[in-house]
Order: sequence, then C-alpha cells, then structure tokens
Amino acid sequence: MATIDTVPSDLTGAPLARRVSGRRTRQRRRLNAFRYITFTVFALFFLLPLLSMFRFSFEGSTPGSWSVSAWTSISSYPGLLSSIEITLELAVLTSVAMVLLVVPTMIWVRLRVAWFRRIMEFISLLPLTIPAIVLVVGLAPIYNWIEHYNVSALMLLWAYVILALPYAYRALAAGLDAVDAKTLSEAARSLGARWPTVMFKVIVPNMWQGILNALLLTVALVLGEFTVAYLLSYTTLQPALFEISRSTTNAGVLFSASAATLIFAFVLLLILSYAGRRLRRGRP
Amino acid sequence: MTGLSRRYGSVVALDNLDLVIQAGELIALLGPSGCGKTTTLRLLAGLEEADAGLIHVGGTDITHRAASKRDMGMVFQAYSLFPHLTVQENVEFGLRLRRASVAQRQKRAREMLELVDLATLADRYPHQISGGQQQRVALARALAIEPKVLLLDEPLSALDAKVRAQLRDQIRRIQLEVGITTLFVTHDQEEALAIADRVGVMQAGKLEQLAPPADVYSRPATPFVAEFVGLTNKLAGEVSGTTVTVRGCELPLMDAAVPAGAAMALVRPEAVTLDTDSTGLSGPLTGTVIASTFLGATSRVTVDLGDVTVLAQLPTAEASRHPAGSRVTLTIRPDPVLVSADRAGVSGE
Repeated sequence: MATIDTVPSDLTGAPLARRVSGRRTRQRRRLNAFRYITFTVFALFFLLPLLSMFRFSFEGSTPGSWSVSAWTSISSYPGLLSSIEITLELAVLTSVAMVLLVVPTMIWVRLRVAWFRRIMEFISLLPLTIPAIVLVVGLAPIYNWIEHYNVSALMLLWAYVILALPYAYRALAAGLDAVDAKTLSEAARSLGARWPTVMFKVIVPNMWQGILNALLLTVALVLGEFTVAYLLSYTTLQPALFEISRSTTNAGVLFSASAATLIFAFVLLLILSYAGRRLRRGRP
Repeated sequence: MTGLSRRYGSVVALDNLDLVIQAGELIALLGPSGCGKTTTLRLLAGLEEADAGLIHVGGTDITHRAASKRDMGMVFQAYSLFPHLTVQENVEFGLRLRRASVAQRQKRAREMLELVDLATLADRYPHQISGGQQQRVALARALAIEPKVLLLDEPLSALDAKVRAQLRDQIRRIQLEVGITTLFVTHDQEEALAIADRVGVMQAGKLEQLAPPADVYSRPATPFVAEFVGLTNKLAGEVSGTTVTVRGCELPLMDAAVPAGAAMALVRPEAVTLDTDSTGLSGPLTGTVIASTFLGATSRVTVDLGDVTVLAQLPTAEASRHPAGSRVTLTIRPDPVLVSADRAGVSGE
C-alpha cells in the first residue's frame, strides 16, 4: 500500500483557510445577532407606547374591560370634529402651498441660480433652529392683525409652511438629486421647450417620489402640531385634545382621537407609497 | 461663428473664434479638456451666451436667440433621454412642442427609429435599453424635429470601445443620408479623423487648424497639432535654409520661414524604418530596441538611441524581425516636418 511521505503543496493552506472561514462565519453571526437585538429593542421602544395607546383607547369603564365608547364619543365632544376637519383642511392646504412654492423655486435655483443653492439650504434649516415659542412671538402681531378680519384657523397654513420647510425641502432635494436636471433641461430646451415646459413636463415628472415624500412629511407635521396653534389661540386637533384632557377625567377619547390620527397618517403613507410605485412604473 | 469669445471669471474659454461650417458638412472639434470645444458647441446651441462675437445660421443672426428657438438638434454625452417617457415618446417630444398632430408625430417618430434601427424598442423606457441604444434614440429625437444643425457633444465617450466604433460609423452614415450640417465635439482623435469632413483642433480657446483629417495628420499647421494628433517623435536638429538636419538626416521643412538654428523636429513614427545593425558600431541613428507593442496589422517599436527614445510604427511582420534587445539602425523618411522649440522625446496620446 502506498504511503504519503510528504503533504502535497496544494493542501498546506487548507487548514488555515478553514480557520479563517470559520472566524468570518462567527463574526457574521455575531453581527446578525447584534442587528436583531438592536432592531427588537428599538421596535419595542417605539411600538409598545403605540400599542398601549391603542389598547387604552379600547378600555372600558373598569380596568381590563373592552369598549368602543372612546371611539364613538369622538363626535360628542364639542369642537373636536370641527377641529379635526380644520386640521385636515390645513394639512391639505399646507401641502399644496408647500409644493407650489418650493418645487418651482428649487428647480429654478438648481438650473439657473446655482450659487443661491447653499443659501436656500441654510434658510430651509432655520425653522429647525428657531424654537416654536420664538416663532410665535414673531408671528403673533401678524396673526393679531389677521384675527381682526375673523379669518379662520386656515390662516395657520403660512406658519405651517415655514415649520414644514426643512422636512419638505430635504425630501424634494433628494428627488431632484435623483435626476440630472441640468442635462434634461438642456435637452428639452434644445428641442424647443420653454422654461415652464422644462419645469413641469420634464423635471417635475421625474421627481414625483420626492414630492410625495414632501407631502407626507408636511401632512404628518400639521396633524401633530400643537405649540404654534395653541399659542396663537387657534383650535386645531392637538389644542382641542389638550382642552379635552384638562376638562375631563375620562382620557379615553384622547387616545382614540390620537390613534385615529395615527391610522390616518399610516393610510396616507400607504396611499402615497402606492401612488409613488405607480408613477415609477417603467422607471428605474 | 465670428469673433466668438467667452470667459468664466479669469479663465478664457474662447478667444475670438472664427468658424464657418458649410451646409451638409460634418466638422469635428478636437482638443484636450478645457480647450473650448464644448463651449463653442454650447454657444451655438444657445445654452450659454457669448461675451462677444456673432453666430449666423443660414444667413440669419441668432446670436441672442433663446436655445428653444434656434432649431438645432443636440445629442449629449449621456443621461439626456427623459426617464419618464418611452423611447417613442422621447422621439415625439420635440414634435409635440411644435404642435404636430398625433398621426404626424407617430409617423415621424417611427421613421426616425427605423433610421437608427430601433423601431422594435419603441415602447421601452430609457433604463430598459443599453447605453448605445440610448444614444441612438437621442440621435433620433434630435433629428425628428428636422433641425438646421445637428450638435453632438462627445456622444460616444460614455460607451465601451466596440459600441463606440459601431455608433460612430452609424452616426456618419445617418449624417450623410440626411445631409444635415453637423458639429461633433470629441477628445478622441480616432473618432474625429474617422468621420469628419474637416477637423478643427483647438487649444486654449483658439482654433489651431481646421482642415481635412489627412491634412491635420500629415501636414499639421502647428507643433501643438502635430503633438496632439497622433504620436510624434521630437528629435533635436539644426535648421538651415529650408531643411533641418536631424541626427545626420536632412529633412525638408513644412514651413520654410523657420529661423536658422537649433530646433526640435517633429517626426511621425511611420516615417521611421528599422534595419538590423550588423556593424556593431554606434552612431546617431543606431540604438537598441527596448519594447515592441503589438497593435494588430502594425506594431510600435521603441528604440533607445542613448540620449533619446524614438518610436517607429512598422508592419508587424517587419517589427517581429527586431525583438527587444536587438541592435537596429534607424532611417528617417524625408517627409516635410514641423519644428518646435520644445525638449526632445515622444509626445501624443
């Protein structure tokens, strides 16, 4: 029987390769475990309060019981339905105003006034750095003047456009960055397109996802905004819920109204995501 | 284009450029980055405004006319197709702006797509076709509006070599078929020399030479053209009268008005031939082969003469007789040469 006197040279590295491969597998497993643990901890951190809120909105008169009374009583609280209505209207108007103001401006700056872009980015971040109370101090004289004309809470839309600007700007900037706006605009112009056609028939259709994201962020902000509306003495959803919490011992309706707002925002997100996918049909 | 000038701050992009393109002609503007070739094209397209000068097309002054009113078709380097439109819709875009009827738009778009051999891809989106196909669609879109002038801004530079060669020939075929006046900007000499009726070599905002490709290559007007277009050996010589003596060889000067004295002769590699050195003696044109690069039908042989390295381009069969390490004697063909004031060596590519 033949014996092997020497180890063939092509096998000398095999044990080392196996050790390296085993170490990499262990590292990968540790990394995956870390990811799962981190994800679970943060998921619980965010989801547990939400689940508690939902559970409490179905709490009956005795602890542990179930009831839909908190949901059905939403309409019975004076002013709550009208505040929901005005908040939804504000959300729509603010979103539309934001898109109509910011989208053409951003495209124009990107294509024609490139030096202004950094300044515009800085301006868009200012509302994040100014506390709401300071913003209200600046806006109060203007809104006092507006109130003389008995104009509704819809006038809050201008303040909300400012508040939502940082979020909407970033979403729109991401959408604009996804296309080579300069080349597309030059190609369109060389084919005979004027600037409005370039902006609304060439650039905007290619940044729909950014626009939808900006709309969603604006709506979410308006639905949850409290400070400016309360300090300017307008009754939108959040100030109305706050008043209810001060005037009643039964807090169930607070949670049902908040949960309803959350569900609405989630459904809106699904609708906008679906719309975004449909608009992206056939695109990369 | 007459007296065109354009500056970007302190940088002069175009310096009093004069350029006339004849009807139906294809002119290629060639030059290194920053020479002003793309600026020239963009001024013609109306995408930028000149600081001085005039632009006339068909006898009409369009210097201050907006880009959308210049009636020019343009193909960009890349990413110019509208991502949200299909291939057919892209080609119809310009026609839609001109309020052509649906039937007219579709007919014209089909014709253009057949011209570029892409009729079967009409319903695809740009991201669903290759880079070469995208550029063909861009060409069809530019031609669909029946422009007066076709402008091509390095349309092949983003493509791989094989596709580039195919598309280059296709562009030339279509340009000849349609008979459209064309300005083609490129930094690739092979492209420019292969398809242009005339090649304009630019440097620092000026046109160094505008001539047919053969003239630009074999009779360069300036040392820059000689060095930029193709490879050039720079060999020290002595000018006397109408000739320059290079390492014992007397070569006629291309420009007889060169002052006598030391100068650098610019010799093409094809003008250099090699013979095996059997004497074993050293001389000004005797050296050692240090490398041989196979290029297909020809090979490029690098010879070390001691104080300078010389390139010779020979048929491969001949080059194979002089492998690396062999001693050779050079012969320089007495073609007319340009001279410059630079240092010795090889330049180009």
